[in-house]
Amino acid sequence: MVATTHMAEELLDVRSVSKRFPGVLALNGVSLTLSQGEVLAVIGENGAGKSTLMKILAGVETPDQGEIRIDGQSVKIESTGKAQKLGIALIHQELNLADNLDIASNIFLGREPQRFGFVDRPRLYADAQIYMTDVGLTCKSTTLVSDLSQGCRQLVEIARALSTQARILIMDEPTSSLSQGETEQLYKVVNQLRQRGVAIVYISHRLPEVQRLADRVAVLRDGSNAGFLTKGQITVDAMVSLMVGRTLGRHVRTSYSHGEPLLELRHLRTPSFPKHEVSIHLCKGEIVGIAGLVGAGRTELLQVLFGITPALGGEVRLAGEALHLSSPRDAIKAGLALVPEDRKLQGVILEMSVGHNATLASLQRNSVGGFLNAEREKKQAETITQQIRVKTPNLDQWVQFLSGGNQQKVVLSKWLSLKPRILLLDEPTRGIDVGAKQEVYTLMEEIASQGIGILFVSSEMEEVLRMSDRTVVMHQGRIAGELTRDQLSEEAVMHLATGAGDSPPISVLQE
Amino acid sequence: MKKTLGIFGLFLAVFISTALINPRFVSVYNLENLIRWISLFGIISIGVSFVIITGGIDLSIGSLIGMTGSLTAWLLTQRGWSVSTTLLTVLAVSLFVGMAHGLLITKLRLQPFVVTLCGLLLYRGIARYITDDQSQGFGNTQENLRLLAIGKVAIGSKFSIPIPFFILMGIAMVASLILNRTIWGRYLFALGRNETAAHYSGINTDVMKIAAYMTCSLLAGIGGILFSLDLNSIQPSGLGEFYELYAIAAAVLGGCSLRGGEGTVLGVIIGTAVMRVLYNAINILSIPTHLEFAIIGAVILAGVVTDELAKRYATNRRAIREQLGDNPLNKSQ
Repeated sequence: MVATTHMAEELLDVRSVSKRFPGVLALNGVSLTLSQGEVLAVIGENGAGKSTLMKILAGVETPDQGEIRIDGQSVKIESTGKAQKLGIALIHQELNLADNLDIASNIFLGREPQRFGFVDRPRLYADAQIYMTDVGLTCKSTTLVSDLSQGCRQLVEIARALSTQARILIMDEPTSSLSQGETEQLYKVVNQLRQRGVAIVYISHRLPEVQRLADRVAVLRDGSNAGFLTKGQITVDAMVSLMVGRTLGRHVRTSYSHGEPLLELRHLRTPSFPKHEVSIHLCKGEIVGIAGLVGAGRTELLQVLFGITPALGGEVRLAGEALHLSSPRDAIKAGLALVPEDRKLQGVILEMSVGHNATLASLQRNSVGGFLNAEREKKQAETITQQIRVKTPNLDQWVQFLSGGNQQKVVLSKWLSLKPRILLLDEPTRGIDVGAKQEVYTLMEEIASQGIGILFVSSEMEEVLRMSDRTVVMHQGRIAGELTRDQLSEEAVMHLATGAGDSPPISVLQE
Repeated sequence: MKKTLGIFGLFLAVFISTALINPRFVSVYNLENLIRWISLFGIISIGVSFVIITGGIDLSIGSLIGMTGSLTAWLLTQRGWSVSTTLLTVLAVSLFVGMAHGLLITKLRLQPFVVTLCGLLLYRGIARYITDDQSQGFGNTQENLRLLAIGKVAIGSKFSIPIPFFILMGIAMVASLILNRTIWGRYLFALGRNETAAHYSGINTDVMKIAAYMTCSLLAGIGGILFSLDLNSIQPSGLGEFYELYAIAAAVLGGCSLRGGEGTVLGVIIGTAVMRVLYNAINILSIPTHLEFAIIGAVILAGVVTDELAKRYATNRRAIREQLGDNPLNKSQ
C-alpha cells in the first residue's frame, strides 16, 4: 500500500478485490481510492470488470477476496441495504424506476414519510421537491415518471440517491441515453454534487466526457488495474493506450479481391424507419462495416435481412435472384447467416452442449428421415469447432461455462458448417475480452478469404476502422454515406453518423 | 441421468417400506392393478412432458380425458358407431384440440396456462352436455375392445402383465426415440431452453410447439379411451378430474423442469410410478384417504426441494473447483 499518509482522508478505499464467476475471473486484485468531493472516472473496455466492481460496491455482489474500507473502517457490503446504510448509491445503466408512480413516490420508494402508519403525503411531496431542486428538476413532484424523458429520469434517480444521504454516488454510463441538452444538465448536477462534497464514481465509455468531468481516472483492463491518471494527465490518447494496453495494431486488411456484387439491398424499407430506403451491395469476399450511432436502424436492417422482421418494401437479391425472406429459415436456405447482437439471448443456448449448439442449424443434413446420425453430427461438431478454434474442455460442456469469446465462436461454428454465402454479424465482439476480439477479427478475415461476403454492424470505432473494406454509415434509418478504405477515418464516420450537422444529434439519441 | 436415479431411489423407498409394513401390497392382484394404473397414467404424463419440455403447460388433459372417455362410450353404445369409426373420431378430436391449443399459443401468442385452463372448463362442459351428464358404460358389450385396458398377458403360472403396460412401453419407446434420436426432439429441447436462439437458428419453433400440444392431446385421448374401457362406468363430470395435475406432478417429479428444455421419458414413467405407489400405499396402509392429497403433495415437494438442494450443492462444488484452478477453461484465456 503506497498512499498510507492519506489513508485517513480517504472516503472509500478498495484493496485488491477479486471476484470470480463461472468460467471467468471478472476482477483480479483491483484497488482504488476515492476522497470526498472527488469525481473518479472508471473506464475500461467491455468486460474489463467495471460493472462487477460497481456491483460489489453497491452490495449486489460480494467479493471473493480483498477488503473495502469506508472512512478507514473495514466494511462488508453484503446487501444493497447495507450499501445504502454506508451511504453508497448506485445509479443503474437501466434505470430502476417505477413508471406508474410519480416522482415523489419514486424518490422515497420504501422509505415513505409516515404518519399514524399512513403515508404522510404532504410531507412526501414537499420533501421530494427539495431533492428535486438539488438536481435541477423543475417539474412538479406529482408528475408521473412515465411522462418524463430519459434525462429527467436519470435526475430522479440521482435525487433518490441524495435522499438516502448518499456520500458515494456510482453512476454507470449516465449519459448513454441522454440528449445533448440533458447531458449538459447532468454535468451541472455532477459539478454541484462535487462541491457539496459528494464523491462520485463515474463510469463512462465516452472519453471526451471523462476528460471534461473527472478529477482522476482509474483504468481497468481484463479485470485488473491498468493504471491511474490524475487531472493533468487525462487525455483521450492516454486513456485509450491504458485501456487497450497495446495498440490493437492498426493492422489493415491488405489482400482482398472483390468479385461480383453478391448481395444487393434495393430500396429496402424496415418497420422502424418506414420512410427511408436503404440500398447496399456486398461483393464476394468483401467485408463491409455498417457504422452509426445506437438507434440508427442498423440492427433492424440485419433483422430484416435475416427474415426476423418483414421488410416493408424494396427487395433483397442474392447473386441476382430476388429473395423471399419471411423467416430465418428462408434466409438460411438462401445462404445467409446471422451472428446476432445479444449472444446469450439470440445466439447460443446456454444450457446446451457446445456440440449441440454447433450443429443446431445443420441437423437436417445430419439426419435421415428425421433420425439423427449421431456419429456424423459429432464429427461435424468436432471439425468445425477445431476449425474455429473454440476453446472448450470437450464438446459436452455447456456453452454457459465458456468465456464470451468462445461463446461467440460457437455461434460462428453453428453457421460456418452450413457454408453460408453471406455472413451477417451484429456487434461481433460485444462483451468479449481483448484477446478474443483479435481472434474474432482473424476469423472474419479467414471467412472472407473463402469468398463469403461479410456485413457487420459495429459501434466500436476501432473495429470499423480495422475490419471494413468499405464502410456504410447509417443515420436515422438511412444511409448517410459510404466510405472507401481511403476515405475512412474516425472523423469521417462520426461526421456522417451524427447527420453531418444537418440535424442536431439530439434527435438521434432519443430514439 | 442422476435425476432419474434419484427419483428411482424414491420409488424404491416408498415401494419397499410399504411392502414391509403390509405384505398385501406385493400380492399378485395388487401389483397387477398397480402396473395397469401406472401404465394408464404414464401415457398421459408422457404427453404432458412434451409440452413441458417446450416450456409450456397443459391443464386441459383431465377434462379432455373426461370428454374423450365419455365420447368413446357414448358413440359406441348410445350411437351404435363401429369400433374403428369411434376410435378414429375420438383420436381425431384429440388431435384437433391439441392443434387448436398450439395455434392459439403460437399464432395468437396467448399464454399456455390461459388457453389450456379454458380448455379444462370447455371440454368438461362439452362432455357433460353431449352425454346429458348421464353416466356412460359398455355393460357387457365390447368385451374384446375392453381387453385393451383390462386384459393381461400371463407370464409364468402366477403373474400376468396388464395389456396397458405394453401400450405404455410402445408409446414410451416412440416418445424416447423422438426426443433423443430425431432432429425434432433436439428442436424441442432447444426451443424449451431458448426459443429466440432456436428461432434464429432456423428452427420452425411454432410448428414444433403445435406438434408438442398435439402429441399431448393425442396421448390424453388415448388415455381417455383406455380409462373408459377400464372403468366401464364413466361419469362425464368426474372422469379425469385432477388428472392434469397428477400428470404434471409426475413429469416434474420425473425430472421435467417447468422452465422447459429438460426431461426424460424414463424419468416421467418412474415419476408416475411414485405417484401411483403412494396412492396405493395410502389405501393399503389404511391411512385416512382424506390425507391423500396432502401426502402426495408433501412427497412431491420434498422431491423437488431435494433436487434443488442437490443442484446447488453441485454448483457450489463446481465454483470451488474453479477457484482451485482445475478448470481447463481458465488456463486458456
